[in-house]
Amino acid sequence: MNRALLVLAVAVLYVLHQDYWNWFEARPLVFGFVPIGLAYHAAFSVAAALVLWLLVTYAWPSHLEDEADRE
Amino acid sequence: MTQALIVIAYLAIVVYIGVFAFRKKGESHDAEGYFLAGRSLGPVVFLLSLFGTNMTAFAILGSSGHAFQNGIVTYGLMASSSGLVIPLTIFFVGTRVWALGKRYGFMTPVQLFRDRWECNHIGTLIFALQAVLLVPYIIIGVMGGGTTLAAVSGGWVPYWLGGLIVALVVMSYVFFGGMRGTAWVNTFQTVLFLGFGAVAVIVIATGMGGFRAAAEALLSAPGTAPLMTRARVSPWYFFSYTFIPLSAIAFPHITIFCLTARKLSQFKKTVTLYPLCIAAIWLPCVFLGVMANRATDIPEIKAKLDARRALVAPTATALPVEEQDKLREQAAGDDVLLRLLDKHAPIWLAGLLGAGIMAAVMASDSQILALSTMFTEDVFAHYGGKARFGEAVQVQTGRVFVVLLTAFAYVIALNAPESIFELAIQYAFSGFAALSPLLIAALFWRGSTKWGALAATVWVAIAVVAVAVFQQLVPAPLPGRPPVVVWALGGLDVLARTPGGTSVFKFMPVVPMTIVSALLMIVVSLLSAKPSPDTIRKYFQTA
Repeated sequence: MNRALLVLAVAVLYVLHQDYWNWFEARPLVFGFVPIGLAYHAAFSVAAALVLWLLVTYAWPSHLEDEADRE
Repeated sequence: MTQALIVIAYLAIVVYIGVFAFRKKGESHDAEGYFLAGRSLGPVVFLLSLFGTNMTAFAILGSSGHAFQNGIVTYGLMASSSGLVIPLTIFFVGTRVWALGKRYGFMTPVQLFRDRWECNHIGTLIFALQAVLLVPYIIIGVMGGGTTLAAVSGGWVPYWLGGLIVALVVMSYVFFGGMRGTAWVNTFQTVLFLGFGAVAVIVIATGMGGFRAAAEALLSAPGTAPLMTRARVSPWYFFSYTFIPLSAIAFPHITIFCLTARKLSQFKKTVTLYPLCIAAIWLPCVFLGVMANRATDIPEIKAKLDARRALVAPTATALPVEEQDKLREQAAGDDVLLRLLDKHAPIWLAGLLGAGIMAAVMASDSQILALSTMFTEDVFAHYGGKARFGEAVQVQTGRVFVVLLTAFAYVIALNAPESIFELAIQYAFSGFAALSPLLIAALFWRGSTKWGALAATVWVAIAVVAVAVFQQLVPAPLPGRPPVVVWALGGLDVLARTPGGTSVFKFMPVVPMTIVSALLMIVVSLLSAKPSPDTIRKYFQTA
């Protein structure tokens, strides 16, 4: 996967964390009791895990393993 | 009494795991074995222990207390931002620290700085600042242990004895087990408090007859409806908070823990699963903290809500300062989760959940071990102690340091008010976040110099003290009141005292502290002499 896309994905995620559009909104209540602002950030945590998985899968610094064993 | 016995049984298990279980023959005789578990921790222990090391008492008690007063914003503010920023720093910084540590034998961040920038006393200064910022955590850990044990035993175990038991338990497994014992205890504790949230939600939901009615009732009352949104916090403050998780990788106990992995690949699961682990703990705690506002049938919670109402009443400003402070203390919500469990959980389950809370409270073990590692490596060994007395004496010195530090923390915990150290921790988070440019510059910028590091370190020390002094001199306005603007320029609030702390250009102090620290590192490095080409080549292969 293109590294630039991964950087973009992290940047977009950071921007999405500042969700001003939900600031004064509580409804809809997800499952009838979770305010939308809290449900959004719960979903954000899942999205963060997905992006981090992409980073680990496509941009893992495996060269560090060799460097660590050198010398 | 039953609850206290369950918690004490839990503490006995912790001692067994830390001292006896998973010992490796011969490992604790050398420094790397004792302080870093021989750089040999496996993937599951590495993930759970690193995560547990980062979760303090605040993750369970403080998060629900903060949500009780401020609403659902607590999760976005402290949890979801950490779930992104902390694993990113582990991915970029932690993996490189691990590789350099394994290659050159570093055991502390200061050893890396000294070698990377060819410096001596500047490293000692960085050690001193890190140590000063870390000590309050250890004291708070002992205090939290005393308070929690006293609370779950219904006063049967007094505060002084609770603090003593927790201090002795932590000291025992750090003393005998070193990093391996501490890592296994942290793993056990993390499993316990990962399960805590889900069980607590189910028990309390059953007791409250479900959450739908409570959520609707909170929304229909003007006093509590803002708790279901983020109205209590400004977007500036919310953005500022994304800087705080930068502190995690700069905390010496986290940097040192990155050196314990057997293989680089062990970071993979930690990076990926970190946000989900945070969600598993923080989501239920934050949600239950908000729902506690409807638990008016619990007298202790009703008293907190009454105190909050008194604080926001128009007449509150006319109250004497001591009365205002007393009301603030009464309105604090750090024990709301304990109160909900007291009311709704059967006694045996409350005991198990109390043990889960103890698990989070006892996170000071890693900090004690880290300080011991730093003292023996950055001071004792660096100034000739290891060469003169040998490695066995170095490890024994580390163990003696653990005993002395724990005893010191216990004595302070008995004699000083908790609020002082809670404040100190607030400053420490900002301080460590502002120290993160040092690690980043050391690892990624060949042009960085020791003078840049010195300038950034001195700035952080001055800024932490300045914020502390400012908050002592200018009293905080009451909750819900506008900030006290101390300095404005052309209609822009430059410096203000807010109900929760300080704002600089409407941001939390951590933002200017970190930005100025990074700028000083850049500008002073550009103006000063670089390390030798050999050193730069050592860290950047194509220099």
